[in-house]
Amino acid sequence: MRTIFFLVRKEFLQIFRDRTTVLQIFLIPVVQLLVLANAATFDLKQTRLLVVDEDRTTVSSGLVQRLEGGRQFRVVRRTSSGAGVEQALLDGEVTAVLHIPRRFEQDLVRHHRAPVQLILNAEEGAAVGIVQSSAAAILEAYAGELERTLPVMRGSSSAMMPAAPLDLRAQRWFNPTRDYKHYMVPALMVSLTTIIGLLLTAQNITRENELGTLEQLNVTPMTKVQFIAAKLIPFWLLSLVIFGLGLTIGKTVFDIPMRGSLPLVVLAAMVYLIVVLGLGLWISTVTRTQQQAMFVAFFVILIFLLMSGLFTPLESMPRWAQLAAEANPVKHFVFIMRAVLVRGAGLETVAGPILGLAAGGAAVLTLAVLRYRKSAA
Amino acid sequence: MRPFLGFVRKETLHLLRDRQTLAILILLPVVQVLIFGFAVRTDVREIPIVVVDPTPDVATLELRERVAASERFRLVAVAPSTRELDSQFQEGSVRQALVLPRDVERRLGRGDTLAVQLLTDGSDPNTGGIMQGYATAVLRRWHADATPAARGLRIEVATRMRFNPTLESAHLFVPGLVAFVLTIVSALMTAISITREKETGTMEMLLVSPIRPAAIVAGKVTPYIVLGFVSVLLVLVAARAVFEVPLQGSLLLLLAESGLYIVTSLALGIVISTRAPTQRTAMLAALAGLLMPTLMLSGFIFPLESLPSPLQALSHIVPARWFLVVVRGIMLKGAGLPTLWQETLILAGMTVLLLIAGSRRLTIRLD
Amino acid sequence: MAHGGRSRVSGPAIDARALTRRFGTFTAVDGISFQVERGEVFGFLGANGAGKTTAMRMLIGLLAPSSGSATVAGYDVASQAEQVRRRIGYMSQRFSLYEDLTVRENITLFGGIYGLSNRDIAERTGQILSRIGLQRAARELVREIPLGWKQQLAFCVALLHRPAVVFLDEPTGGVDPITRRRFWELIYEAGAEGTSVLVTTHYLDEAEYCNRISIMVDGAIAAMGTPSDVRRGLGAATLDEVFLRLTRPGAAV
Repeated sequence: MRTIFFLVRKEFLQIFRDRTTVLQIFLIPVVQLLVLANAATFDLKQTRLLVVDEDRTTVSSGLVQRLEGGRQFRVVRRTSSGAGVEQALLDGEVTAVLHIPRRFEQDLVRHHRAPVQLILNAEEGAAVGIVQSSAAAILEAYAGELERTLPVMRGSSSAMMPAAPLDLRAQRWFNPTRDYKHYMVPALMVSLTTIIGLLLTAQNITRENELGTLEQLNVTPMTKVQFIAAKLIPFWLLSLVIFGLGLTIGKTVFDIPMRGSLPLVVLAAMVYLIVVLGLGLWISTVTRTQQQAMFVAFFVILIFLLMSGLFTPLESMPRWAQLAAEANPVKHFVFIMRAVLVRGAGLETVAGPILGLAAGGAAVLTLAVLRYRKSAA
Repeated sequence: MRPFLGFVRKETLHLLRDRQTLAILILLPVVQVLIFGFAVRTDVREIPIVVVDPTPDVATLELRERVAASERFRLVAVAPSTRELDSQFQEGSVRQALVLPRDVERRLGRGDTLAVQLLTDGSDPNTGGIMQGYATAVLRRWHADATPAARGLRIEVATRMRFNPTLESAHLFVPGLVAFVLTIVSALMTAISITREKETGTMEMLLVSPIRPAAIVAGKVTPYIVLGFVSVLLVLVAARAVFEVPLQGSLLLLLAESGLYIVTSLALGIVISTRAPTQRTAMLAALAGLLMPTLMLSGFIFPLESLPSPLQALSHIVPARWFLVVVRGIMLKGAGLPTLWQETLILAGMTVLLLIAGSRRLTIRLD
Repeated sequence: MAHGGRSRVSGPAIDARALTRRFGTFTAVDGISFQVERGEVFGFLGANGAGKTTAMRMLIGLLAPSSGSATVAGYDVASQAEQVRRRIGYMSQRFSLYEDLTVRENITLFGGIYGLSNRDIAERTGQILSRIGLQRAARELVREIPLGWKQQLAFCVALLHRPAVVFLDEPTGGVDPITRRRFWELIYEAGAEGTSVLVTTHYLDEAEYCNRISIMVDGAIAAMGTPSDVRRGLGAATLDEVFLRLTRPGAAV
């Protein structure tokens, strides 16, 4: 026990003595969070739109006006012919083209339906879904407006009014302000804490190995368990502090929702970090140099982060990926974070994942302890 | 020249013997292509949805079947009331709910207004909007078909996706992946590798030797240049083989531009290494100053147009941003140098500046 | 156990029997046998790659023997490694103290690890500092103090818990002869107090300081005894000559 105390003391002395280290450990996540939280968004400011209006009637002009009036689209140019559309997309002058064909008004009057063509630059595919929905919504609204305001549209042969109109009330639960930051800030917090925790632990231990101080320790009566505990405790505390910093920034700067119990989140973080640090520890037992350690850690982190549902929804992933994600500690922690902070869930919901994380932590630590040998075979 | 080549040989052997790092450097591009192609998707599917249907009848059955049949949705349950909704949403087991009123069939027959509630989990505003759009579309289509007597006006949209007709994830991400992988290989590895010599003290030894400092650095980075090209090819081959990502434009041009970007990244790595005293500092600096911006500010995942103005301005100094335009242009649009000369020039300019900055610090002191 | 403590039995401090270590097909240490008595200063000589360091690593429990056995301070190195570790001290070639900790902090750390009480640590720290002459540098980072002092400090730290045996791997590399001499005074003091010292070295003048020496060639002990015995045994005037003769290819033992 005393041994652990002395070793932990040494770690803290080493970390805080070096000012650049302290800066790195705390400043980098903070700055990244502040800057990147603003970057991570799929919110479209405005889609640059080219309108090809071959109809040129009041109805088609009305549609264009509708588009111009909204916030979603910025009509960069209107032409009456389809020439040059391809070039405009190629050049990047516009990212969307709305092509209104010649008999637009006529078709609406006679047949009550008219086609239009929407051509999207699908390069940055993420935006496509939103653009499509926005366009669809605008077109639908316009159609509805036409129905009500222009009697001629009602037609003579068909019924006078649309029977049984649909009154659709759409609501968004959680995140009513639709601020993307509310969604991304917790995600970024998790990423940054994970990166720092895992990287530092792996790198730190490997460094002792490289320097030879590890060998010196191995010759002492210090046991494996003491060594591992002494390495984990300081980094665990540090990572928790970083996490806490992240939460504070999230609340004060970004005003992220904290609907659920904060202590629950902190508890989850404590368990989660054990898993993460344990992984860093394990990595240090399979690598020999710092370069290797940091690289392996980086690789592992990358895969974990990508497959965790942090940045892209888990439901969209194929079955096998979702199954694999069950073994991913990040996935569980993100779930807990979002469930508690954004949706206000309680212990019943997150008890399972927390226990899972605890089990994972025990497993990883056991593996690391088994792998760590004071003497080589 | 001889000592320089000898030095390159030593570096290459060093790299080749480090099996672990080498394995990862080769695995990394391939694994990333696979992950991004298969797993990382920005579109939404399999939305867990609940239909609240207090009085099931023919009409509502039709709606439920449509929802269940759609590959966009996964009908989790049909509930008689909204009682469970709160906890289900909280748990996250349900992300959308269609709440129908009573006696739908009768209302439709009488021509009454049908009030339907659509509840969507809006935690992620992006997917929230998309989910809402999908559900609305299904609902409206059902409603239109269920009330044949009066057809409202419909403007039907036919959407065409240019440059990525199938919206295949891989197509979207592969160009960005090329940039990302190169940043890792060229910049990160270089920075760590050079700093390693500094930290172990062997750098001093080298500085005293007859090889010029510039030659030392050049020798150190040469294996990574080769590795960079190998990585690009790996990404392209993997993407082509597994996902049939197209290469509309010239492969030669792509490789040439990649070569340029490799040098840019190398220069960045060198600059970082001249300022970082330890390997850990180099890695953290590369992570924070290079990888994160490449990931977030280059248009790789998050669209450039979505960035707030200050960040959009910042993105202009991220080399990956320009490189991404080039790669996407060549791969997805088949663009050639005439279209891309501006970006190429900018990249070249950045490279020159970085090389000057790096070499200046080098010749002064390498510590 | 708080302190190192004496050997369990009053047998030799180190007793190696046919100690062997193989790496694949390469035999680094080939069945060496020797004993080191209490308080003896034993020099472990040999060319680079002869197997000295490998042999030492087996004795301190960092490497498992392929065959053969050894006891240190009465305990078997393979099966009772933890007891061995409590009773030995070690100073590696890189004299691994923490460069980014101060002199005092290093002493405190290892004192704590070896189970010394706070009072003992304080007492010992004072003793070490005055013995080496580092009182003024107590708060300096180890990185900043001169090499000779680093070595002496590392040695004293190895002796903190008054071990029965202390192992030194090339402890005096890179310093002038006077500084080396001072280091060896420390070694003698330790020997006089009953600590056995096993030291590997390249410096043949240091070999003369030892009670007994052994010379390893290609993994085996080619000569062993007091320095004068060894010289006489090969009919050589200096240990230099002995060394050259033994390590030249085809040399007869």
